Amino acid sequence: MDRVPKNSGWRLFVQTVIGRAYPRIIGLLREHSWFFFEVFLPVLSVAAYVFIYRAIGAADVFIGFVVMGGAMTAFWLNILWSMSSQMYWEKQTGNLALYIMAPNSLMAILLGMAFGGLFSTGLRALVITLAGSLLFDVHFEVANYLLLFAVFMLTMVALYGMGMMTASLFLLLNREAWHYANLAQEPVYLASGFYFPIKSLNFWVAAGASVIPLTLGLDAMRQLSFRGGVELGFLPVQTELAILAGLCVVFLIGARWLLSYMERLAVREGRLTDGRR
Amino acid sequence: MQATQPIEKRAAERGVSGRTFRAAAWLGWQIEANWTDPVIFFIYSVIKPLSGAAILVVMYSVITNANFEDPMFAYIYLGNAFYIYVAAVLTGVSWTVIDDREIYRMLKYIYIAPVHVPVYLLGRGFAKFAFGSLAVFITIVVGVFFLNLPLDLSLVNWPLFIVSLTMGIVMLAMMGLVLGSVMLLIVNNANFMGEAVAGALYLFSGAIFPLTVLPAWLQPVGYIAPISYWLELIRRALVGNIAQSFPTFAQFSNGQLLAILAGLTLLFTVLGFVVFRYCDHQARERGYIDRVTNF
Repeated sequence: MDRVPKNSGWRLFVQTVIGRAYPRIIGLLREHSWFFFEVFLPVLSVAAYVFIYRAIGAADVFIGFVVMGGAMTAFWLNILWSMSSQMYWEKQTGNLALYIMAPNSLMAILLGMAFGGLFSTGLRALVITLAGSLLFDVHFEVANYLLLFAVFMLTMVALYGMGMMTASLFLLLNREAWHYANLAQEPVYLASGFYFPIKSLNFWVAAGASVIPLTLGLDAMRQLSFRGGVELGFLPVQTELAILAGLCVVFLIGARWLLSYMERLAVREGRLTDGRR
Repeated sequence: MQATQPIEKRAAERGVSGRTFRAAAWLGWQIEANWTDPVIFFIYSVIKPLSGAAILVVMYSVITNANFEDPMFAYIYLGNAFYIYVAAVLTGVSWTVIDDREIYRMLKYIYIAPVHVPVYLLGRGFAKFAFGSLAVFITIVVGVFFLNLPLDLSLVNWPLFIVSLTMGIVMLAMMGLVLGSVMLLIVNNANFMGEAVAGALYLFSGAIFPLTVLPAWLQPVGYIAPISYWLELIRRALVGNIAQSFPTFAQFSNGQLLAILAGLTLLFTVLGFVVFRYCDHQARERGYIDRVTNF
């Protein structure tokens, strides 16, 4: 009888990444109700903030800022609920113990979640941007497409690196995980300037919030996409790009180290199958 | 002997409902609060609503150079503060279905216990109402002390405020019961339902901007949104002079608005129990009570 070939080493790593990314991508095609809830709801929020700006007589550039910020909320929500707290959900559904027992790397599983999440959320963000731009007549004036693409990609790598890092923290949490993820929603919308230029906040508050990659990423993308965006920018785009590159390195290395540490700690304290609700 | 039986039965049912409500409210309180120590819980309870309010404050101050004296600021700030009740009560009552069916997986046990299920859902929502009240209070206190929110307690129309607030909360709870009943029958994305309704009402109820800002073809949606009338009454009670600056409901007197709110509250109360009865029956027939969908 022929034996099924078993991958190991980097082949197993890549196979795990693809295996974990697959359900997130294919889920988009199999279950279409996401379109209503994950596009319609953010568009409602965007519309509410657009109408506030209109009620107080804001310039058109702020409407564009809101649409772009609204689209980027999709990534933050994905990081919170489908990256950081994913280990908690996996624990609740009994998958986490299987992940630990399987001969693959947890880092590969997190990378797979990140790739799958990035693809599916990117699609949602694109639809939100298109819908918001059409509904509110937003005009983009992109100064440099290549730089815009570089900023977006660095933001995403840093952001998903951060998600992978915080996911390991959630290995230790139980019922409080849901509350912590919930708590990190509105405060981050505020600190990262999803609906207003981050420059409006105190310099040190904005600098502190720059630890979250979306803060500088969003600011740089706004500077590159709208006329008048540069005047409302927090730091020069090149500086923001350099900081984002630094955050990528820090978060990816941090994710690898923290995951290994937290996994050992969770095994030692018996929390991997501890599903207290 | 025979004549006394229905009276005794009704009294016993009232006893069950009262016990159910108290137990559910206590359970809701425990679920919401006992995952951490009181200090962290307090911070958790106020940070989220304060951040939501702060987003609006920053947006407003960027555009108007922090002109907090303008009536528009009080309109936005108070509307947003009281909208916390919508998320807490309406979503709170309906979310109990997800909480108990999917997360704690206790709904089936609740059903076989001698409790009145709709009253149980309302009791669970009461706990969220209590936490929501704390958030509303702190948001308003921050507004008064740090942002010059023009709220003068001696000028508040207290009877109007208390009556409108009470009716509004009852209406929200009953809307939550309608939503929760529907969620008994929903398989996918039921967890988004409360958020979808609250999000739509946030946009169309004039909570954070006057309805006249909406495009003309969308304004009728605002006029049929029950929460629009409730928020208008709250504003008139708290800052009557500022509410007059926005003519959206100027054609209605306080009495007329109260009558509309009372009518809507009654409508949703009847609707809540009728819809629950239907959905509950359907859910039992289809075997949905102990179903776990993992959302």
